[in-house]
Amino acid sequence: MALRTLIARNPLRAAAPAASRGLQTFSLPDLSYDYGELEPAISAEIMQLHHQKHHQTYITNYNKALEQLDAAAAKGDASTVVKLQSAIKFNGGGHVNHSIFWKNLAPVRAGGGEPPHGSLHKAIDSNFGSFEALIQKMNAEGAAVQGSGWVWLGLDKEFKRLVVETTGNQASVVVLILHSTPSVSLSSQDPLVTKGASLVPLLGIDVWEHAYYLQYKNVRPDYLKNIWNVINWKYASEVFDKESA
Amino acid sequence: MAAAVATPLKFTFSSSHGSTRRLQWRNNQRSVKRPYRGAITAKIEHKPPPYSLEALEPHMSRETFEYHWGKHHRAYVDNLNKQIVGTELDTMPLEEIILATYNKGDLLPPFNNAAQVWNHEFFWESMKPGGGGQPSQEVLDLIKRDFGSFEAFVTEFKAAAATQFGSGWAWLVYKANKLNVGNAVNPLPSEEDKKLVVVKSPNAINPLPLLTIDVWEHAYYLDFQNRRPDYISTFMEKLVSWDAVSLRLEAAKARAAEREREEERARNEYEGDDSQTDPQPVEMYGTDSDDSEAD
Repeated sequence: MALRTLIARNPLRAAAPAASRGLQTFSLPDLSYDYGELEPAISAEIMQLHHQKHHQTYITNYNKALEQLDAAAAKGDASTVVKLQSAIKFNGGGHVNHSIFWKNLAPVRAGGGEPPHGSLHKAIDSNFGSFEALIQKMNAEGAAVQGSGWVWLGLDKEFKRLVVETTGNQASVVVLILHSTPSVSLSSQDPLVTKGASLVPLLGIDVWEHAYYLQYKNVRPDYLKNIWNVINWKYASEVFDKESA
Repeated sequence: MAAAVATPLKFTFSSSHGSTRRLQWRNNQRSVKRPYRGAITAKIEHKPPPYSLEALEPHMSRETFEYHWGKHHRAYVDNLNKQIVGTELDTMPLEEIILATYNKGDLLPPFNNAAQVWNHEFFWESMKPGGGGQPSQEVLDLIKRDFGSFEAFVTEFKAAAATQFGSGWAWLVYKANKLNVGNAVNPLPSEEDKKLVVVKSPNAINPLPLLTIDVWEHAYYLDFQNRRPDYISTFMEKLVSWDAVSLRLEAAKARAAEREREEERARNEYEGDDSQTDPQPVEMYGTDSDDSEAD
């Protein structure tokens, strides 16, 4: 199935306002490549499920939560507003993260896998020693994420440096056994900015099992090794140049 | 080696608060290897499920078991054994390793592997070929008492499993109050003692359970892909072993009764001492986690 963006669209701005109250809703951004074009690094089956099912579900649930938030806020229902925060954070975060992720990937014909040149390359060398060292570090940290999460290459605008960060289920988050169903704040879809207000994501790799399981099963390290063949460094460089200006 | 019927795993906890109250959970001899004096190894076992790997088809495929039991569960066992060899944890049974490494919520590195070994054993035993259907009358009565109806329980359990964001587990738990658990701290006491509740937990954490479902994606992705709700329904309708739940409930009630007797004894012993007869509630889990994060 060919999916191409004809018009450049920012998926993180709402696509269309809902009728009455001007509430913005979001829709699934198109990929700029076909599902099969990232093979053999990532299978077409995974790409289709990941995009059409997982990402779409985050968007659907995000829109629903925003609608409920809008209604609760209008009524002054503070406890509902507060209760909705984890659904907003999780689903909104999932939408933010996956929107970036699709742009972080590109088929080889479009430059996928080609290392960065210019200023980003220099920054990588000075922050990590070498391009290979960065890859190794991201692979090690990505493999070490327990459960679901992401590994990021970020630009710290305040300190003008590159960082590798992970976001994921926190094993130290625990559950209070109460009479009713407990609510827990988990971070497996937290956007990078939750780790630091001055952090800008350049590149994120999804290490939730749905991102690789059908193809790589439990061998997450193989997925991490192979995904570099389709990483879109052109996009990461553009963001880096823009944000470090 | 694998039992034909699931027997409940039991624990040993000891109080770290200087109280004489002990929660006595005896070790399940089947899973403990006591080393002879001088030997270094109580290798934690990679226990097979109490049925063959294809026995739960078509609801949970053999392929899923080959990966889930054969790779994921095995890796937790192997990695745990590597972590504990030569340490003081080496000769301890699994349950004690979990408690020692839980460390009041400040988790030590082997905790994740140890807890996941325990969780997966418990999960296999929570299912059986030809599972599903209804629980025993006794379990059913409790479910009706604490959830209103069997359907209401199923709804709540499915919701917990479906809304466990990311990787984790959903549990049916026998919440017996006045636990005095060593490293973990007590749930806040309330009037609702000896109650069934549904809880969910992330990654490797577990409460004191009767039943669990694994909702890590590796547990269902080969068979159901993203359709976690379908997996949960299939689990409830075709896989759940109510036999195992009954056995575990009996064990949990016996422990609760034993604890009450001990507390009665302790109260009588310390009758003159106010601080002992009016214990302060202690939180079950630490609060230094991120629930109150401002960022």
